[in-house]
Amino acid sequence: MHTAFKINNRDNVATALVDCPVGAKILLRGVAEQQQVMSIEEIKAQHKVALCDIEAGEAVVKYGKAIGYAANAISKGDWVHLHNCASNYDERSNTLDGHSGAPTDTQYV
Amino acid sequence: MNDPIRSMVIPERQLTRNMSECPSTRSWKGYRRADGRVGIRNITLVVYTVECAKFVAHAISQGEEEVHVIGFPGCYDNAYAIRLMLALARHPNVGAVLSVGLGCEYTQPGRIAEVVEASGRPSAHFFIQDAGGTKASITRGKAVLRTLKDESVGQLEEVPMGVKDLVVGCECGGSDATSGLVGNPVVGRLFDRIVDAGGTVVFEEIVEQIGLKDILLSRARSEQVAAELAATYDKAERYCREVRQFSASPGNFAGGLTTIEEKSLGAFAKSGSKPIEGVIKVSQAPVHAGLWLMDSVPDEHYMQFGYTNPNDSEGLMDLISAGAQIVLFVTGRGSVIGSPIAPLVKVTGNSRTYTRMSDDMDFDAGRVLNGEISLQEAAGELLELVVSVAGGQPSKPEALGHREYFIPYKHQDVPSLIEGCRA
Repeated sequence: MHTAFKINNRDNVATALVDCPVGAKILLRGVAEQQQVMSIEEIKAQHKVALCDIEAGEAVVKYGKAIGYAANAISKGDWVHLHNCASNYDERSNTLDGHSGAPTDTQYV
Repeated sequence: MNDPIRSMVIPERQLTRNMSECPSTRSWKGYRRADGRVGIRNITLVVYTVECAKFVAHAISQGEEEVHVIGFPGCYDNAYAIRLMLALARHPNVGAVLSVGLGCEYTQPGRIAEVVEASGRPSAHFFIQDAGGTKASITRGKAVLRTLKDESVGQLEEVPMGVKDLVVGCECGGSDATSGLVGNPVVGRLFDRIVDAGGTVVFEEIVEQIGLKDILLSRARSEQVAAELAATYDKAERYCREVRQFSASPGNFAGGLTTIEEKSLGAFAKSGSKPIEGVIKVSQAPVHAGLWLMDSVPDEHYMQFGYTNPNDSEGLMDLISAGAQIVLFVTGRGSVIGSPIAPLVKVTGNSRTYTRMSDDMDFDAGRVLNGEISLQEAAGELLELVVSVAGGQPSKPEALGHREYFIPYKHQDVPSLIEGCRA
């Protein structure tokens, strides 16, 4: 069973509890029991899935609070991470590798 | 449900446990020190005053029971590091102290010994150059340790203690998404219970509260505390912007955390729901019970900011310097550190991490995510574990012999204390 956790009613993202392949019907736990969302991208465990369309510039909301803003348009079922969600504070994080999190701006010479 | 932190609640089942068995009322044996504080261990501490003395200090402690080591690597002294070492040397879990120096560094082992002795603890010191090198120093150090331990045990004052006498610190590291979902929220509920029982809890990592200024201030005990929190927050945000480093690591991002704000919301959950009584700086002990925020961010000065918490062990030293007899570490990805002086209890919100690293992890809060137990039940179990460790049961890192420490150059403003050496 594919499950994700929604913390607060205002959240527009949920945290996947297991690896979810493309096209998975993800059952929500937390404040949104019984609701579900279909993944249109692979969502790795502990990564976030969009619960609705989020326009570029709009807040990405988790814990009922903005955790950043959509750097480009996000569709319902998308993986939400460094490639499409930016911090209002930390500019460096969006230069990190989206999968490993490793820095791409440090030279090893 | 306006408070997003308090409203991130997984439905809680009725508590089935009999409240008369509540660990908050349990009593165990502690050690009262001359300053009135009570320890849960009786550690003999070896302190070295420069990197050059590190090998000898560790060799002295090798094979000795209940002997831990801390030290400062720099040859030039630093007021912050000296305050930190003195706070650790007079920690309630410490019964006696041996200070060892090479002989040409700025930091003076003899001065450390004086302060320790004034605190009512047996203490001794020597320089390796005077003792005659490595072998002679190890022999001398081991002989001195035996005397110190005997004296310390001879003057021990055993007293009954309970949760009300505990100071518990918590930080997180190696976080993944489970840390914010359950790891830190379980600790938050534990913190609430300890405060309800009359105890003291300390959290830090103000750099992991970036983006949460309004929430932080809403938790202040008074207007004055709100002003302290605002100043502490503003400094932390200025610090992160100026050094261009926010407190998130590659592992955090790989673990599903996308922004510092997201990490902050998860990290702040460890503070629970009680009012914040005030802000303490590193090496300061809370002046009364309740929830306290520790500011470990450097203050600006002529050497610039430096780094705030260069690694997890550094943050744990800070919490222990406040007198925490036990420290908690929340990690989703897993970690293998321990701590000297105060036992470390490792909590993970990730059941896979718990299974994969079961020798190292003390507590599996991931069972809440799996629906096996509620957050309140998990907090109750964690309190029982904390009470057991306080009563003498070794935590897993403690049993494995993990005693990592890290004392860096740093500057914090303490106006009455900055004269004398390199502040």
